[in-house]
Amino acid sequence: MILPHRASDIWVYLSANPLFWLTAVLVSYLFSDWLSEKSGRHPLVNTVAISAAILSALILATGTSYQTFFDGAQFVHFLLGPATVALAIPLYRNLGRVRANLMPMVFALTAGSLTAIVTAVAIAGWLGAPQTILASLAPKSATTPIAMSLAATYGGIPSLSAVFVLMTGVFGAVIVSPLMNALGIRDFAARGFAAGLAAHGLGTARAFQVDATAGAFAGIALGLNGAMTAIIIPVVLPFLLHLFAPTA
Amino acid sequence: MIAAIAGLLLCQLLGEVLVRALALPLPGPVAGMGLMFAFLSLRGRRLGEEPGKVPNQIGTVADVLLKNLSLLFIPAATGIVQYFDLLRQFGWIIAASIAVSTTAALIVTVMVFRLTAVAGAKRFARSAAQDSPAQENEAP
Repeated sequence: MILPHRASDIWVYLSANPLFWLTAVLVSYLFSDWLSEKSGRHPLVNTVAISAAILSALILATGTSYQTFFDGAQFVHFLLGPATVALAIPLYRNLGRVRANLMPMVFALTAGSLTAIVTAVAIAGWLGAPQTILASLAPKSATTPIAMSLAATYGGIPSLSAVFVLMTGVFGAVIVSPLMNALGIRDFAARGFAAGLAAHGLGTARAFQVDATAGAFAGIALGLNGAMTAIIIPVVLPFLLHLFAPTA
Repeated sequence: MIAAIAGLLLCQLLGEVLVRALALPLPGPVAGMGLMFAFLSLRGRRLGEEPGKVPNQIGTVADVLLKNLSLLFIPAATGIVQYFDLLRQFGWIIAASIAVSTTAALIVTVMVFRLTAVAGAKRFARSAAQDSPAQENEAP
C-alpha cells in the first residue's frame, strides 16, 4: 500500500504545478494536430476543439480548478499577442493583392460585421436567451480581447463571451471550407477574408492550414473586424437589446 | 531569432501604449500588427527592396507562430469547462444563434467581396476598352 500512497503524493505535487498543465496543453495539441493531419486536414477534425475536449475531461476527472490549469497554460496563451503582431508579415508579403482588393474589403467588412452582430442577437433573443447572454454573444465574431471588453461594457459576462468567441471560431473553422466549396468560391483572398471576419483567429488558423493567401487575408479581416465590431456595437447593441431581449 | 522575437514583443508593447494613450477601440496586439506593417514598409522603401520582402529572421519566427496558431487558442478554449451548467440550460439557443449567425456572416462577407471585386474588374475593363481604340487610332 506504499506505492499508491506515493503515487498520490506525486500527483498532489504535479497537479498544482504549472509544468504538468503546460505539458498537457502541448501534448494534447500534438495529438490533435496529428489527428488533423492524418485526416487530410478534414474540417471536422478541429485541432482546438479536440484539445479543449481532452483537457476539459482531464480537468473534470482530476477535480482541478480552471485557474490551476491556466497557471500552466498561460505560457502558451501569452504567445497570442506576438502571434497577432506576426500577422503583419503575411499581410506585407501579399501587399500587391491587398492593394488590388481594397474596395471589396471595405464593403465586405461593413456588411459582414453588421450581419454577424445583428443575426446573433436577434436569433438568441427571439429564442428567449436572457440579456446577459445576448450582450456576451453580440461581439462573438471579434477577436477575444475586444469581445471581452465589449461584453463587460454592455452588461455581458467577459469570460462567457470568450467562450462564445471560441465556439464561433470552432464552428466557423469547421464550416468554412465546405460552405465556400458549395458556393463555388475559388478566390482564396475572398474565402480567407470571410473566414477571418466571421471566425477571427480560429478562422485565420484554419485559413493558414489551407492556403497562404487565404491566411493573409484572414489576418487582415481579423484585425479590421475587431475594430469594426468595437465601432458598431456601441451604436447598434442598445437598440438590439431593446428590440430582442425578453422583458422579465 | 531572439532579435525577431524582441521585435514582435516591442511592436506589441508600443501597440499597448499607443492604444491606451489614444483610447483607441483596439486591442494592443492589433495596433502592434499595424506598427509591424508600417516598420516593414518603411524598411523596404529605405533599402529600395521590392515590396513584400521580409527579413529572414522575422519571416521564420512569424511562420512558426502562425503555422501553430491553433495551439495558442487552446488555453482560452478550455475555459468552456467553467460554463457547462449554463450551457446545459441555454446551450441549444446559443448553438443555434452561433451556427446561423456565423454561417450568415461568412456568406454575406464572401458574396459582397466577390460582387465588389467583379464590379471593380468590369469598370476597369470598360475604362481599358475606352482607352484601347484611341491607341489603335494612333497606331500607324
